[in-house]
Amino acid sequence: MIEWTGAIVQGVLLGGLYALFAAGLSLIFGVMRLVNIAHGDLIILAAYLGLSTTVLLGVHPFLALLLVMPVMAAIGYVLQRGVLNRTLGPDILPPLLVTFGLSVIIQNALLETYTADPRKLSGGAIDTASLDLGGISLGVLPLLTFGIAVAVIAGLQFIFYRTSLGRGFRAVSDNQDIAQLMGLNKAHVFGLAMALALAVVAIAGVLLGMRTSFDPAIGGGRLIFGFEAVIIGGLGNPWGTLVGGVILGVAQTIGAKIDPGFQILAGHIAFLVVLAVRPNGLFPRVEH
Amino acid sequence: MSDLLTLTALDAHYGDFQALYGLDLSVSEGEVIAIIGANGAGKTTLMRSVSGLLRNAPDQITYRGQPIGALRADQVAALGIALVPEGRQLFASLSVEENLLIGGKTGRSGPWSLARVYDLFPILQERRAQASTSLSGGQQQMVAIGRALMANPDLILFDEISLGLAPVIIRQIYDALPGIVGQGMTAMIVEQDIAQALSVSSRVYCMQEGRVALEGRTGEVTHDQITAAYFGVGA
Repeated sequence: MIEWTGAIVQGVLLGGLYALFAAGLSLIFGVMRLVNIAHGDLIILAAYLGLSTTVLLGVHPFLALLLVMPVMAAIGYVLQRGVLNRTLGPDILPPLLVTFGLSVIIQNALLETYTADPRKLSGGAIDTASLDLGGISLGVLPLLTFGIAVAVIAGLQFIFYRTSLGRGFRAVSDNQDIAQLMGLNKAHVFGLAMALALAVVAIAGVLLGMRTSFDPAIGGGRLIFGFEAVIIGGLGNPWGTLVGGVILGVAQTIGAKIDPGFQILAGHIAFLVVLAVRPNGLFPRVEH
Repeated sequence: MSDLLTLTALDAHYGDFQALYGLDLSVSEGEVIAIIGANGAGKTTLMRSVSGLLRNAPDQITYRGQPIGALRADQVAALGIALVPEGRQLFASLSVEENLLIGGKTGRSGPWSLARVYDLFPILQERRAQASTSLSGGQQQMVAIGRALMANPDLILFDEISLGLAPVIIRQIYDALPGIVGQGMTAMIVEQDIAQALSVSSRVYCMQEGRVALEGRTGEVTHDQITAAYFGVGA
């Protein structure tokens, strides 16, 4: 029994990481209706940037975030204004194709730069530290990851609903033309949204790199987990996304408990079941 | 008085469809002009062109002597031109107060603030935290006007502000207009309700099929002239 409880708790914590994968994806879709196929590869890019920073500067991965976050945010802003803004319009296909191409480019650039060898970010003692709670052993890093996920989602909610920047995001999402009339340059607002999303991607990438080994090819899988968390939770609801991540994480760890080969499939099955029963996700944002 | 806004041979297109043909129009500082015309005469296209939602050749629209025809809407807004769009077009996911606040995004200084807008339309203060879509049509129109005023514009464009509203509400809104334009603000009022438009303006343009069919001082144009220009008959 305690083993199953342990698996569920591990799954909940894993869900925090998935929610981090999903948060940026959800933000971008919410503000500009852009589905970013390269999102997973950007997470892996952030992990590699974290790796280079820790190796070159000899700093802890958490400290490396001070550099990786602004760099990823800058990449996001330039990418949005230089490339992605040009793909946005009434047709939804161009952004899909362009971000798919971007995904291929990022994977190959990482392969050229870092080779296909699996790498890992070393966090030192924190990697193996654990707490014992009534027979269930909890890793400090997964706990920390979950805490960071909650903080990131709360922070995004705050930005969205309590700041002038968030008001701009919502206004542009509601009606691009009228927002432009208010003096908001949507090209700039979209750039800021992508910058914010990739700052979150930086956090997700570094935490992923500390948790497991990574190589240039695993971005696609992270994209799928992020998508599934968003859809399970319901579009447009950040806390729903956290719940979606948790459901996905728990399904995977329970699946792994039954049979290690069953882990990923169990997550997909949970996703499909939710999709079949509640096509709009569990907690879709109530439309006015 | 010098011209604040000048349109010179303005053409406007939606794809292959031409909506405005060589339109000439000028507005002086502090003036209130009415633009009337039947459906499809090009009034809304004119508003979209001036506000930058529709891009034109640079020199076709000048503001304070500066060519603005090719500017984006946000650049035009920053110069002090605000539009109250047809159909109100409030931001559905923003509350009443947030809709007003976003109007002040241009950061221009001037007499209008949240407090002044609430003075003008007290009902909005009561409803400030509500979703903008939960308001009645008339109240939504007040938010749309307040949102434009929050930008402290020098030139304000009203597009069909009486459309779809009850007569009593229309009167209420038009009663509030002198308090707005009395501050020296220049205004262009597009209206289908001719009597209402003439009551607040000093000069009138009547449009027909993308052209100016009649232009004159409000007190000087006759009912017959307007009818002829409006329907394109007689004359």
